[in-house]
Amino acid sequence: MRGSVARALDRHQLTTGRPAAEAARGAWRPAAVALLSLLLLVGLWQLLAWLAGNARLMPPPALVLARLVAELADELPFHLGVTLARVGAAFAIAMLVGSAIGLAMGRFVGLDRLGGPWLVFFLNLPALVTIVLCYIWIGLTETAAVVAVAINKIPNVAVTVREGARALDPRLEAMARVFRIPPWRRLRHVVLPQLYPYLAAAARSGLALVWKIVLVVELLGRPSGVGFQIATFFQFFDVAGILAYALAFIAVVQAIEWLLLQPLERAAGRWRSSS
Amino acid sequence: MAQLLVDIRAKHFREPAQGRKHVLDGVRFALAAGERVALTGPSGCGKTTVLDIVAGLDSDFEGRIERPPQSHIGYVFQEPRLLPWRTVADNLRLVLEGPREQVDARIRAVLAEVELLEEADTYASHLSLGMARRAAIARALVIEPDLLLLDEPFVSLDAPTAGRLRLLLLELLERHRPTTLFVTHDLREAVMIAERLIVLSPPPARLVADLPIPLSPAERRREEVVERLRSELVDTVGDLVMGAVP
Repeated sequence: MRGSVARALDRHQLTTGRPAAEAARGAWRPAAVALLSLLLLVGLWQLLAWLAGNARLMPPPALVLARLVAELADELPFHLGVTLARVGAAFAIAMLVGSAIGLAMGRFVGLDRLGGPWLVFFLNLPALVTIVLCYIWIGLTETAAVVAVAINKIPNVAVTVREGARALDPRLEAMARVFRIPPWRRLRHVVLPQLYPYLAAAARSGLALVWKIVLVVELLGRPSGVGFQIATFFQFFDVAGILAYALAFIAVVQAIEWLLLQPLERAAGRWRSSS
Repeated sequence: MAQLLVDIRAKHFREPAQGRKHVLDGVRFALAAGERVALTGPSGCGKTTVLDIVAGLDSDFEGRIERPPQSHIGYVFQEPRLLPWRTVADNLRLVLEGPREQVDARIRAVLAEVELLEEADTYASHLSLGMARRAAIARALVIEPDLLLLDEPFVSLDAPTAGRLRLLLLELLERHRPTTLFVTHDLREAVMIAERLIVLSPPPARLVADLPIPLSPAERRREEVVERLRSELVDTVGDLVMGAVP
């Protein structure tokens, strides 16, 4: 009995050994292509800088890099931190409120009919209008900035999560009812895992949107943050400064994607793997 | 002492395409505490609907269901309905309350009974159908139900696996003696497991027979005894359950 199991395991390893090694080698190829593609972008930038022949309007990569290093020792970490905090707050509010609205609308047809036109209204409301109105009505405050960004994002989250709520499995719902699983446990362990792909999609597109709107909010009415700094550089036509901040910003966003979002997604999808 | 009284006078399905469809028309029976009753009838006669009404999942019917207030119901659905993103043990944990050690001990005891202890930490999505069915039975038993409902728990399993699980279920029911209502279209299965057989007619379904199955535990395990009683039943009620008899 034990022997046959061990033999089966051996056979399993024999059959999977080679493809695994090939997969490992194959995984390097896209990374190499990505690196090459980035280098190509830098090369193109350098070429453009040469053609422009004006380091003030079109600074070459080396100059921007030097500026980035200088800014890193200066105010950049502070402004980046402030922007990150605003992104975090607006994102959290938008996900929480948007998910609750989406879940309610997906579950209750009446609410969906009532709230549907509102969603369409807010989806089509330009971000700039929300921001300006929030500043006028609430004042040039931190609250106004975060609320404006959150309002811009909430309808997107609600629409995505509503799709997920419509797709909830009624058979699992019936199971939870018969076994009298308490509401909080039901939400956390029966409903949310089914919504997970929709929440992940909303979070992904949400983060991308929130990043960009936060900068506009800062540009229009905050005395700190990456958006404020870029507005300042704009006054002086300081292109190297703008690009240095942009690079730092891109690096942070990508780091969050790699270090936070991707590991989370892998952990949540573990039960799907076929091992 | 009736543990369950079922009195369904009428049940209609409202389907946009077909209008009102009359499914159940007079199904009345009672279960004594600890009784094991099989419910059978031709396919589409509303057996699952009866279970859903008894479970409280479907309240859109004329009639009434009486069971002790706050009674715990264990339901083994036709498809196992486990949460694929949780392990077997965590699927059972979801329906239990109480201190951690006590809950863990109960889970281990029940998983051992259905011979799934080794799969306690396997994600439900990785189980074979036979294992998933056993996990679903374990989930229904782990709450120590006052009423156990099973909806054809052995369909679409291969014959040897189904046979093994039937024997396992019989043992579990004899040991724990929950009040059991068990839907099946397989008379052999009904004879082997149930102490009483209720037969429904084609829709709109009425209760057409309510027969005792007076077999001893030993007789239930003897294939020729089960087979003889089955063919006797086919002679008496066969025309009523036509189409359901293999």
